Amino acid sequence: MSDETAMTASKGPLIYRQSIWTRVTHWIWAICLFFLLLTGLQIFNAHPALYIGQQSGFEFENSVLEIGAINTDAGPRGQTTVFGQNFDTTGLGLGMSGAAERPVYTAFPGAVTIPSYRDLGTGRVVHFFFGWLFVATMFVWFLASFINGHIRRDIVPMPKDIAGVPKDVADHATLRFKHGRTYGPLQKLAYFGVFFILFPLIVLTGLTMSPGMNAFAPWMIDLFGGRQTARTIHFITMLLLVAFFIIHIVMVVAAGPINELRSMITGWYRASPGTPSVEGDKP
Amino acid sequence: MSGLITRRNFLRGSAVAGSGLILAGCDQFDFLADKSGVARQVMERANVLTYTAQRALIGEQTLAREYAASEIRQGQRPNGSVDPSTPEYTFLKMQDFASYKLTIKGMVDREVSFSLDELRNMPARSQITRHDCVEGWSCIAKWTGTQLGPLLDMAGVKSTARYAVYHCYDNIQRTLSGDILYYTSSDLIDAYHPQSILSYGLNDQVLPVSNGAPIRLRIERALGYKQPKYLHTIELVGDLAPFGKGRGGYWEDTGYDWYGGI
Repeated sequence: MSDETAMTASKGPLIYRQSIWTRVTHWIWAICLFFLLLTGLQIFNAHPALYIGQQSGFEFENSVLEIGAINTDAGPRGQTTVFGQNFDTTGLGLGMSGAAERPVYTAFPGAVTIPSYRDLGTGRVVHFFFGWLFVATMFVWFLASFINGHIRRDIVPMPKDIAGVPKDVADHATLRFKHGRTYGPLQKLAYFGVFFILFPLIVLTGLTMSPGMNAFAPWMIDLFGGRQTARTIHFITMLLLVAFFIIHIVMVVAAGPINELRSMITGWYRASPGTPSVEGDKP
Repeated sequence: MSGLITRRNFLRGSAVAGSGLILAGCDQFDFLADKSGVARQVMERANVLTYTAQRALIGEQTLAREYAASEIRQGQRPNGSVDPSTPEYTFLKMQDFASYKLTIKGMVDREVSFSLDELRNMPARSQITRHDCVEGWSCIAKWTGTQLGPLLDMAGVKSTARYAVYHCYDNIQRTLSGDILYYTSSDLIDAYHPQSILSYGLNDQVLPVSNGAPIRLRIERALGYKQPKYLHTIELVGDLAPFGKGRGGYWEDTGYDWYGGI
C-alpha cells in the first residue's frame, strides 16, 4: 500500500453535502435571527411581562414572567419573577444593568438590544423587516428542500433514525462524531424540531399578535389560547431557538469547525474515514 | 493544510466575528434609528409591504373579534396622556364638555359639526374588544359610540380624499417652543369600518378623562396609538405631508408604523 492511498483511506471522501439552497438560506437565516432576537428583546423591554390568556392582568393575576427593578434596603435591584417566584437578577443584567454609578433600568440590557437604548419604533421596523425576510427564506427553503430531497434525506426522522438515537447519544457523549453522507439521528431530530416546529411556531405566534391578522384569522387567537398566550409562546420559542443556536455552535466547534464551516460555505464536506465513495465525490 | 484557512487564522477570524456579534447590540446598529438613513428607509418598506398584504388579505368590512361580557375583567388601562392641560380642553372639561364640537372638515362637500348630545343621540354601537398597546399589553373593554362612516357621508367625502387625519386636544408633549398636540390618521377603509366608532362610553359608564373624554375614536383592527383620545376634528386630506413631521401621526413621527395593524 502506498502512502498516498493510506492517506486517502484515513481521510474519507470529500462529498458535496450542502446544496446552494441550503447554504444561502442558512446564512440569510443567521442574519435574520440575529436581528430578530436583538430587536425582539428591545420590543419586550417596552412591556417586560408575559401573561396567559387574551389580556394582560393589571387588576388580576395572570402573569408568568416579569422583569423589573425594585427598591430594597440595599438600594435598587433587578428582579425577575417567574410564576410568582422572585429572583434577584441584577448580576445577569436583567431588570437593572450598566455601571453602578449610572444604572439603567431596562428588562434586557442595552448590550443585547437593537438599538442599544430604548427605541421601540426602530426595534419594530427592524424586527418586521427581518420577519418578512425570514418568512420569505422559509418559503424558499421548504420549496427547494422538498424538491432536492434535503427534507426527506436529512430532516424527517425515519424509524431507523429513532432506533439509532441511543447509540447516537452515546457517540455524542463521548465526542465520537460520524461525518456521513446524510445527517445522524440527533441531527435529524434537532433540525426537524427547528424547521417543522419552532420556525412555524414563532411565525404564527408573531402573526397572532397582529390585530389586523386577528380580524383575518381569529382561529389563530383560539389556537394559541389568546393573544397574550401567543406572545408568551413567541418568547419561549425564542428561548428554544437560542438554546438551539448555542448547541449548534458547540457541535460545530466539537465536530471540526473548518470542515463544518466549509460545507456551509462551499458545500464540500470531508466525510469520516471509511465512508464509501460515490460518483461526484472528490478524494 | 492546502487551503488559505489555517486553524490559527480561522480561530482568529471567529474571535473577531464573535466579538463583533456580541458587541453589536451595544451600539453598532444604533444608526438604524436615523430615519433619514438608507438602511432605515429600506427597512421601513417592510411596513408598506405589511399594509399592502393585510389590505389584500383582510376584507374591508371584516370585524375585529368581539368578546363576551365575562371577558371584561378589569378597567381599561389608561396610557399616554391621562389629563390634557391645553386651555381649550381644561375649559371644556370644566363645563362637562357642554360646548364640545366634533368637526369634520377638509376634502368634504360641507364642513359639519356635532355636539356631544347630537353624537349620543345618533344610532349607537357597543362592542367588547381587545385593545392592544404597541408596548405589548392587551386589555378588553366595552366601547359605546356612533359609527364614523355615516357622519363622513353627511359631510360628503370628496373622491380625491385618501386619508382622515384625527386632531386631538391632547398636548402629549410639552416643549420650550410650545405644546406638541397628538394626532394620527388612517386610510378611508379604516375610517369607514363598521367598528370605527366615536366612543363616548366605556364599560357602560361615561368615557372618563383618562381614557379620552369626551370622544375617542376606535379603530379596532389596529394598535392603541391608532385610537386617538380627546378627538375634536377629523380632516379629510389627500396627503399626510403637511401634518407634524409628515409621517401621519404623533407616534408615527417618532418612528412607529403608520398603518398600525401589526
